[in-house]
Amino acid sequence: MSLASIWVAMLGMGLLTFLLRSSFLLLPEGVHLPPILRRALRYVPAAVLTAIYAPELLVQSGAIDFSPQNARLLAGVVAIWVAWRLRRTFLTIVAGMLALHAFGAFLQYFRY
Amino acid sequence: MTAQERTEFSAGLRAALTVLPGIFPFGVVTGVAMAAGGIPPLEAILMSFVVFAGASQLAATQLLGAAAPVGVIFVTVFFINLRFVMYSASMRTHLAGLPLRWRLGLGYLLADNSYALCITRYTQHPGATGKHWYCLGVSLPVWLTWQVATILGVIAGASVPHAWQLEFAAPLAFVALSVPFLRDRAMVCAALAAGITVVLAHPLPLRMGLVLAAVAGISAGLLAERRPA
Repeated sequence: MSLASIWVAMLGMGLLTFLLRSSFLLLPEGVHLPPILRRALRYVPAAVLTAIYAPELLVQSGAIDFSPQNARLLAGVVAIWVAWRLRRTFLTIVAGMLALHAFGAFLQYFRY
Repeated sequence: MTAQERTEFSAGLRAALTVLPGIFPFGVVTGVAMAAGGIPPLEAILMSFVVFAGASQLAATQLLGAAAPVGVIFVTVFFINLRFVMYSASMRTHLAGLPLRWRLGLGYLLADNSYALCITRYTQHPGATGKHWYCLGVSLPVWLTWQVATILGVIAGASVPHAWQLEFAAPLAFVALSVPFLRDRAMVCAALAAGITVVLAHPLPLRMGLVLAAVAGISAGLLAERRPA
């Protein structure tokens, strides 16, 4: 990657993120979101945040791996369960990492 | 600062303490990922200050590493950060009439955790004065923790052994961010539809799957909420 592309990306992302964050804090009081857009926006975090991590669990080396031999999928399921029950970011990350290494070692042992 | 404003500010500082233990590892992971992904230390640290958004920084690192066009990075970041429009729309009534410098400052500082804490407080104490001080009290420690954590991550990034597979902490951080949004059936439908779409679309170039997944997830959520449970 070139240094120039990093700088263009950084400055563009910074401006874009700032505009999205401060959007309604800067717009005049009379400007409102249409109700349908407001309803649609409610689903953006659940949809987009899930779409970011799903391929990391299910796509391995360019192919979908929906099998019990996929340690990342198993660790992801553990992390989702911990996040669901405890709602703690730190515990979710720790549990997921421990599960990844535990399942990895387990699968390694039975493969050889 | 009046006495009331000071009370709000310190209430914000105390509330922030509950979310810092989650922000710190996410920041370290983001720093490690940026350094390991090939972004030079100075640029990686600057990116944390300029962008101040972990999900976007991680996505941009991957895309820069894959030599994706800058336009693709912007489209991806747009979708990842679209949720902030919703946050700012719901914060506006509570921050009405503030001077411009406050709105610019709080706009820059608005993050998932800070938003969640502020909106909870504002719902419980709708008539409080100096609400913006509560928001600042929450946001400053969150911001500072994020910067310190990413800097530590960038410095440590080069020396973390590859066998630790620490890069996997990034998707885990997204699990932790996304799961609390799954409060009802429609939200679960939105997440499932988006997850299935992005996985099936993985052969498509340039993260087009993310855009398709956003559309599929939003549609699924809207459809699911119309039907009686």
